Amino acid sequence: MTRSTAIRESFGDKLFLALVYAFLVLILLVVLYPLIYIVSSSFSSPQAVISGRVWLLPVDFSLAGYRAIFSNPQIMTGYGNSLFYTVFGVLINVSLTVMMAYPLSRTTFYGRHVLMGLLVLTMMFSGGLIPYYLTVKNLHLLDTRWAMLLPSAMAVWQVIIARTFFQSSIPKELGEAAELDGCSDFGFLWRVVLPLSKPILAVLVLMYAVSQWNAYFEALIFLKSTNLFPLQIILRNILILNSIDSSMMVDANKMAAMQGLRDLLKFSLIVVATLPVLAIYPFVQKYFVQGIMIGSLKG
Amino acid sequence: MPATTGALERKKTKSAIGAGSLALRDRGKRVRRHWQLYLLVLLPVAYLIIFKYIPMYGAQIAFRDFSPVKGILGSDWAGFKHFRTFFESPNFWVLIKNTLVISLYSLLVGFPAPILLALALNEVRGMRFKRLVQMVTFAPYFISTIVMVSMIILFLSPRLGFVDHILNAFGMESINFMGIPDYFSSIFVWSNVWQGIGYGAVIYLAALSGINVDLYEAARVDGASRIRKVWHIDLPGILPAATVLLILNVGQIMNVGFEKIYLMQNPLNTSTSEVISTYVYKIGLLGANFSFSAAVDLFNSVINLILLLSVNYAARRFSESSLW
Repeated sequence: MTRSTAIRESFGDKLFLALVYAFLVLILLVVLYPLIYIVSSSFSSPQAVISGRVWLLPVDFSLAGYRAIFSNPQIMTGYGNSLFYTVFGVLINVSLTVMMAYPLSRTTFYGRHVLMGLLVLTMMFSGGLIPYYLTVKNLHLLDTRWAMLLPSAMAVWQVIIARTFFQSSIPKELGEAAELDGCSDFGFLWRVVLPLSKPILAVLVLMYAVSQWNAYFEALIFLKSTNLFPLQIILRNILILNSIDSSMMVDANKMAAMQGLRDLLKFSLIVVATLPVLAIYPFVQKYFVQGIMIGSLKG
Repeated sequence: MPATTGALERKKTKSAIGAGSLALRDRGKRVRRHWQLYLLVLLPVAYLIIFKYIPMYGAQIAFRDFSPVKGILGSDWAGFKHFRTFFESPNFWVLIKNTLVISLYSLLVGFPAPILLALALNEVRGMRFKRLVQMVTFAPYFISTIVMVSMIILFLSPRLGFVDHILNAFGMESINFMGIPDYFSSIFVWSNVWQGIGYGAVIYLAALSGINVDLYEAARVDGASRIRKVWHIDLPGILPAATVLLILNVGQIMNVGFEKIYLMQNPLNTSTSEVISTYVYKIGLLGANFSFSAAVDLFNSVINLILLLSVNYAARRFSESSLW
């Protein structure tokens, strides 16, 4: 290779690298800006938001939006309900997932291939919305808290992730040794497998928690009573259908101020609704990425 | 993926057990010795039966005239009546067209976008910058569909949104984006990219990190440029993962997300935003037309299944990676 081509190639490489960095910086800004804009708007005054003076940082710092949210009983009930559904939902989700995934990971479990097939089949084909709804209705779960917990009690994808983890990280010899020592399958699961599976349990808890907190479809089709609504349904009413209970505007008696507050409230509400899941994210990113990788590559 | 490893193990266990009555007795003993495993799966299996398989069985109301009094099994048979009504209705082609436009557009843009991001991130040598980009692009994954749609509506609103402020700053008229049917699919697809690109890239980054370092070394010795390394090493390296994801995506072509589209709909854009899943919900649950909408839904599921099976078949024939 002559010297001149080496230089030309490295120039090409430099150009390529510069383009790559430019592309990444562009993506970074495009993803980041809307998030910053929401947060900054939520801390601005209603007037600044309406007149479009917010570009990057909060303008006329105010907490009016947040004050309106926390004085609203409807939103607070929704928050409480969502917390309830998330805590108990995740408890059910993780238990069922482990109960399914652990036997599926054991070679001593006769019939696991049939069961795995039945599990994967539900991923590819479903009865559809109407029979699903009718099933829940026939079980008399409509408009109860159970409707938010039972129909979504287990996710196929998560079972596969957990099974893959058990299979690849719990040595088979360990199971055989435990069996020789007279350890039961329950005992082995409880005393050996679960303590060794903390990373995957963390992943399951996180994935389920995010989907429970963000769930709205089940609430939309199964719930009618306002006092059972999770936060997401309340958000839909306020943010998308634009119907705000006038009682929420107790401290805003002027009409103009009310409209401004109504707009500001949307930004604050987005922050308040997303914060719980987003706040834990930096601490658990490692586990999350790990979980997706287990599920996608080894699965 | 799951089924491939399954098939492999099946072969192994089969040969290990061997054939004949010995195996049968052995099997019985094994089941009895591990009864606790069967006790464990009892609840999950009950869940699958109740919430997955009973609805599958209930899908037969698509072939009946469902009446709430008579129940699913008691209602009269109607044959293919509801399917015929659907195929002959003027909505049929509109729904099919809208569904296909949105999903093919999603596939065309949404499928390569995370690959591009992963390939670009893989070129970055500064770990801190790489981690920053990864962390920020992953964050929107946590945003709920409702919040996502309200962000779209807020940003594009002709009164409040910053998009409008930008248009005004350049002296342009305000546009009511959400009210223009032609913009619907673009708004849907690109906001999906915004939300999902970081999450989608993780899989490809994992595949890229699994590529043998010797290959890069050899390419360097041969004087290959960066682009050639991406083309000849990185792309083949992520091809298996990409194939599997492509199959899964194609198998979902008729299932454009109900949740997001339903929330993005308004009376002005329904001419392009009404898709099969939203139609089923409106006709079925809101309009209480159970059998007809179940037929529409079933038609949709069957098309999806056929697509999934044929793409998988094609992938198995023409490449080394497939679902099973």
